[in-house]
Amino acid sequence: MIVGFSVTVAVCALLTALAAFAQSARNRLPDRPLLAALGIVEVLLVAQLVIGVVLLAGGERPGSLATYLAYLIGCLLVLPVGAAWALAERSRSSTVVLGIACLAVPVMVLRLIEVWHGASA
Amino acid sequence: MAPVRSSATGPGRVLVAVYAIFALAATSRAGVQIGTKFHEAPLAYGLSAFAAVVYVVATIALAKGDRWWWVATAACTVELLGVLAIGTLSIFDRAAFPQATVWSVYGQGYLFIPLVLPVIGLYWLRRTAPARRVEAD
Repeated sequence: MIVGFSVTVAVCALLTALAAFAQSARNRLPDRPLLAALGIVEVLLVAQLVIGVVLLAGGERPGSLATYLAYLIGCLLVLPVGAAWALAERSRSSTVVLGIACLAVPVMVLRLIEVWHGASA
Repeated sequence: MAPVRSSATGPGRVLVAVYAIFALAATSRAGVQIGTKFHEAPLAYGLSAFAAVVYVVATIALAKGDRWWWVATAACTVELLGVLAIGTLSIFDRAAFPQATVWSVYGQGYLFIPLVLPVIGLYWLRRTAPARRVEAD
């Protein structure tokens, strides 16, 4: 796994989360720039999946293949599902929901990196 | 008109989002544990799966609101009892829990959120209880 890339993904997600929480503190509904940032993080996550699969195909192996794949694929779900739930009822809470979804991404990516380096679960 | 609130509106939506993340985390973890090494610690991994089911039920019930209020309350109560019981067991009988579950050491591996979450959940459910909403009307 290219750790530098995954760290970049995690930092981008974290910054997006901070932006979301800042917006909710100012009582704002999610705006286009915030949703665009979410989209960018999701694209980076897809790129991470592609890199992960290419490395696996090349014969490299993480600490636990099942856990690694669970995180690799699982972290793709969080933002789309979170955004759908957030936008179904537009209120100040929508922005907080987006922030929480973004916050889950760096946690999952950091676990992904740990698992790649040998952690078993 | 007094605001009639279901557990699935306003701040409740934030709660559902956090529950959903824990449902995903617990389900994936239990799935991997049971799929790859269930024989190593059947009790711990069985409880891991139980925790996952509780999170999934709580998430769905909180998200549905209204008639699902009782289901949500039951799920959050079981969750609170579960995290307290498993948390205590995992400290006194470490051998039975060779690997972390969501509720090990009161959810230490998850910043103790599993311990705080059911408390916030039950508080929110009290605020949105059907009886109270009738009063609010």
